[in-house]
Amino acid sequence: MGSILRIIAQRLALGLLTLLIVSIVIFVSVNALPGDFAQAILGQGATPEAVEAFREDLGLNRPFLERYFTWLWDAVRLDFGTAFSQAQFAEFAGGAAGTGLGTVAEMLGPRFSNTMFLAGVTAVIAVPLSLMIGVLAALFRNSIFDRAANITTLTSISSPEFFLAYVLILLLAVMNPLLPSLSVINNDMSFSEALKVTLLPALTLTLVVTAHMMRMTRAAIINLLASPYIEMARLKGVSPMRVIVKHALPNALAPIINVIALNLAYLITGVVVIEVVFVYPGIGQLFVDAVKNRDIPVVQACCLIFAAAYILLNLTADIMSIISNPRLRHPK
Amino acid sequence: MNTFLTLLIAVAVCVPLGWVFRAGMQSVTSNAQKWRDMPLSVAWGYVLGAGILAWLAYTYYLAVTAERTPVDTYFFFRNAVHGFVIFAVAAWAFRLLGRHVGTEGTKKLFRSMPVTASFGILVILLYAIVSIFAGAIAPFGQEEVLANANVVPGGNPAVGGDPAYPLGTDQIGRDILSRLIYGAQNTVGIAFVTTLLAFFIGGSLGFLAATLQGTLDQVISRGVDVLMAIPALIFALLLMTIATVWANELGVNRTYFMVVIIAVIDSTRVFRLARAVGLNIVVMDYIEAAKLRGEGLGYLIFKEILPNATAPLLAEFGLRFCFVFLTIASLSFLGVGIQPPLADWGTMVKDLAQFINFAAFAPQVASAPLLAAGAIALLTVAVNFVVDWMLHKSSGLKE
Amino acid sequence: MAKSNETLLKVRGLKIEGRSDETWNQIVNGVDIDLNKGEVLGLIGESGAGKSTVGLASMGFTRDGCRISDGSVEFDGIDLVGASAAVKRGLLGKRIAYVAQSAAASFNPAHKLIDQHSEGPTQHRVMSKAESEKDGMELYRKLRLPDPDNIGFRYPHQVSGGQLQRAMTAMAMACRPDLIIFDEPTTALDVTTQIEVLASIREIVEEYDTAAIYITHDLAVVAQMADKIKVLLKGDEVEEADTRTMLSDPQKDYTKSLWAVRSFQRPQKPHVATDATPVISVQNVTAAYGVVPVLHDVSFDIHQGRTVAVVGESGSGKSTTARCITGLLPPKQGHIEFDGKAMPLDYRKRSKDQLRQAQMIYQMADTALNPRKSIGEIIGRPVEFYMGLKGAEKRRRVDELLEQIELEPSQYYNRLPSELSGGQKQRIGIARALAAEPKFIICDEVTSALDQLVAEGILKLLAKLQDELKLSYMFITHDLATVRSIADEVVVMKDGEVVEQGPKNDMFQPPHHPYTDLLLSSVPEMDPDWLTNLLNERGVDNIGDAAVGKMS
Repeated sequence: MGSILRIIAQRLALGLLTLLIVSIVIFVSVNALPGDFAQAILGQGATPEAVEAFREDLGLNRPFLERYFTWLWDAVRLDFGTAFSQAQFAEFAGGAAGTGLGTVAEMLGPRFSNTMFLAGVTAVIAVPLSLMIGVLAALFRNSIFDRAANITTLTSISSPEFFLAYVLILLLAVMNPLLPSLSVINNDMSFSEALKVTLLPALTLTLVVTAHMMRMTRAAIINLLASPYIEMARLKGVSPMRVIVKHALPNALAPIINVIALNLAYLITGVVVIEVVFVYPGIGQLFVDAVKNRDIPVVQACCLIFAAAYILLNLTADIMSIISNPRLRHPK
Repeated sequence: MNTFLTLLIAVAVCVPLGWVFRAGMQSVTSNAQKWRDMPLSVAWGYVLGAGILAWLAYTYYLAVTAERTPVDTYFFFRNAVHGFVIFAVAAWAFRLLGRHVGTEGTKKLFRSMPVTASFGILVILLYAIVSIFAGAIAPFGQEEVLANANVVPGGNPAVGGDPAYPLGTDQIGRDILSRLIYGAQNTVGIAFVTTLLAFFIGGSLGFLAATLQGTLDQVISRGVDVLMAIPALIFALLLMTIATVWANELGVNRTYFMVVIIAVIDSTRVFRLARAVGLNIVVMDYIEAAKLRGEGLGYLIFKEILPNATAPLLAEFGLRFCFVFLTIASLSFLGVGIQPPLADWGTMVKDLAQFINFAAFAPQVASAPLLAAGAIALLTVAVNFVVDWMLHKSSGLKE
Repeated sequence: MAKSNETLLKVRGLKIEGRSDETWNQIVNGVDIDLNKGEVLGLIGESGAGKSTVGLASMGFTRDGCRISDGSVEFDGIDLVGASAAVKRGLLGKRIAYVAQSAAASFNPAHKLIDQHSEGPTQHRVMSKAESEKDGMELYRKLRLPDPDNIGFRYPHQVSGGQLQRAMTAMAMACRPDLIIFDEPTTALDVTTQIEVLASIREIVEEYDTAAIYITHDLAVVAQMADKIKVLLKGDEVEEADTRTMLSDPQKDYTKSLWAVRSFQRPQKPHVATDATPVISVQNVTAAYGVVPVLHDVSFDIHQGRTVAVVGESGSGKSTTARCITGLLPPKQGHIEFDGKAMPLDYRKRSKDQLRQAQMIYQMADTALNPRKSIGEIIGRPVEFYMGLKGAEKRRRVDELLEQIELEPSQYYNRLPSELSGGQKQRIGIARALAAEPKFIICDEVTSALDQLVAEGILKLLAKLQDELKLSYMFITHDLATVRSIADEVVVMKDGEVVEQGPKNDMFQPPHHPYTDLLLSSVPEMDPDWLTNLLNERGVDNIGDAAVGKMS
């Protein structure tokens, strides 16, 4: 067991290191703005004094490295600073920037949980569905079912998310008014109400993710079923059910966990477009708004959160497949 | 909830029907092996599939016979079925043509081709023609603002259409058909250029890393690992934020920035593949033989490695093109992609999206945004079908 | 051996089709098998003869993409072709068992050996789990696995290849079946390991009076194992006879030629003059992959017109020595001399002429030829690169080379490697080496991927070229039959060291180093009594890996 713990510790350290470097990449990219972003935010029309004051407020006059470490240290404590849109507003209102209406962290909090809720609902529908279809397609390889599943999933992978979203809106919200086409969520909603407004975006995401997951599951299982030990099990007269449960499944665990984690990571990207289509109050929508308004602190914070989630999920996939590998679990 | 229950019951009813179906087939074929060894679940699947087909046929029957006024409820279903049938027949006919016309090589290719792949090739050809000759085909200019805004698609004056604009006009009076056609040129063209650029960067670095290995390989690979730890769309959005500011500052069209940004982000994926493919080839004995002969790096890469990497690279090109195309469409849809007033499909979807909500009482109106989104989907589906076939073929050869 | 005359397996007119490119092609064209209880049938043939397919079909099983199109398979009165899946499942594992070629891949990596062993008996309700485990340990003991009481509680990857193969035999025995199909069970093993596995398989099959079909391409192996032999060629049955008759008096030409392969032998050349400068001299070479040492103080000479065979099992450092000579792996210590002058250790520092003088022929002709280049380009490149010939001159030289390797130039010049057979590809590899007009060629296991008849052709060609062009060969091989037929001198390697070296005739006569002795004695011979005699002579504990263990 010693070696496996060491491998896992290594992976964790590597993940942390990657996150650190990613934070540098994000910070450096943002600092690649022309002039500095005080100018960019306030626009060409702002007086030099206003720009200077704004710069002072944000600490833009300090050296680059110092700013980076301050930002990083704050980010570790979940303090992402103040959104520009709000800082600007505070300034117009006469107050000092940074003491205004709320910090980025406060903006992100509820939206983060909304996004997690959406991703959670999607995962609950998509994971069992795609595993089931994937395994069936692998078992009945080259059958009509397999081909139909192949064509359908290929189509849904290829379609842009907003196309699927609008088709679902058309079918389930407009032509047959079963679900609301806009996802208005607030804190007073009961779980079932929240579920109802989340269902349509979740279904759209499910379509995309299921297709990926199903295809990867199918490939993993087919690969597995072609291995000599499965043939051996068949030649031992083991029943088909037992071949699957006892011989295929323990070995399929690693690839399947991998598939799930990778696709949950994929959800992160998908969520951005979907949230915009359904006006779903999550991080994705906030991010896109911030990008359009050049609200740098929010962009930075969102980027870091997305990257962290992405790295975390990939790390999970990695570690789970290490743990489920008998060769590593039972070293020589 | 009622709909759901009905569905559940229908699915459950198929189980005994499946049993009856299997028993029937067993007695008809006097217990042939196929039916004797068939599990009940498979029989159930057959019955369920037949049920779904029957339901589709019934709905289509309703769709062609139902009243179309005041509201044409089955508008989308009918058009979807027609579109599907037309494309299926066209693809089949195209394959038939390919099997009888052309050189021996292409004839052989078409013989082993599934209909999905011939559909893909047909669509890709169609798009290529439209985007190359957009200026000649389109009835109006892409930025031309015409007299009538918000003309309903369909060209039927009774519901607000105009035969001069078969697909209607948008909110400021530009012809949607023309913009769709120019959109092909802009969106597809830009995506194609971006993919080429990504392949140039990623491919050359990947093969170099695979051939030289050592420190260079380590440095590039670790760098790529870090870049790939940020989800592609998120990274693109982040960089586009900055690029937009720069574009304003320098007075350059932000589309150029977008091309470079997406190409760089995507080149990381190409690098990984090119390196992996390269490494697989580099360990071959014929590479060792060439090295021991004293051949230079250029000869190794261009004469020995590259010719063996074309098949996987070509398939990857298709996949990457789809990915780039979808990323560009998503960026445009989010409002930070191709800069207006160039016509592109992502922006068109964004601009026309609100018309979806009219679908219940004026289905034609709602079709405009779906056409733009569908144009994107159709091409990516087509490319993916072709790539899927290519991958299947090359994996089949290995066995 | 007690033989009953009760028929166990009766196969009649078995035809099997395989699918390629969406069409069904016949791959087995009507084979008959009769097997009595307790009898062992050897099924031999070259690759593509359909041995494994026939073996599996006699269990009523076909792989994906194959189907039985005609004929009958009757096991103990039960028609396996027409039987339902459930009936077949009841027989498989219980009355008919299978031992696969690669035990390492055929054991499920997720379960312990003993759990996989007891699965058959418990599923078929022959024994309880506890009984079956106890029986398993008993079988392990009979098959002379080390630590039989505990080895079953290991996972497959924790056990060596030869041991796994025996564990798989034990697993096949678990239900005491009437018939076992052995599908090349020793092909992937080294000779010294192979002999142990062979001895234990033979013993246990005899003890339980199990009928068996033993599939292999190795005649000498099948001679030890089988009561009767059936020869297959491209899905057709060539002939069948009991083992002794078949060995002493084969009827068909094809069988005769198979038998004759082993008789090709070059005469020993006279000793080299003591003051002659060797073409290649390996001097005190020590090498390592990173920090892992692989070669220790290796020295030997190769003289003009001579063949030095470097022999050893996998991991002995044979190929690494070749890599040191070519300069792909610069040695840590020692040096390589060519015609008496030391060469730079790294190939990148060698001159074009030095590179030209030492050429290489590879084991896998498939990976040694660039699949995207025509034969003309492959052979033409060194001609152009080293000799500077172009156009018609180059073409003439390539044609000349093609003639030397006995392929018709006009027919082959424009073909791609994929359009050639394995033996032809290997000839192209030889031509490419010759094109550089070298003095010295390294042949790395050049015949081990080929069928025996084809391999013999390649050896004869190499011998002819050596006589014509005064070439020196370094011949890396694990197959002592090849050594006997082509070598002038032999270098025996083990664990990165030279154990013994000398002229061929001395090597094949005692006294020699104990390892050489073991290696030589482990190579099966065509005599059906060979294994029996060897076991009588040495005892079961002094063969194979057990003996190697005693040495170190």
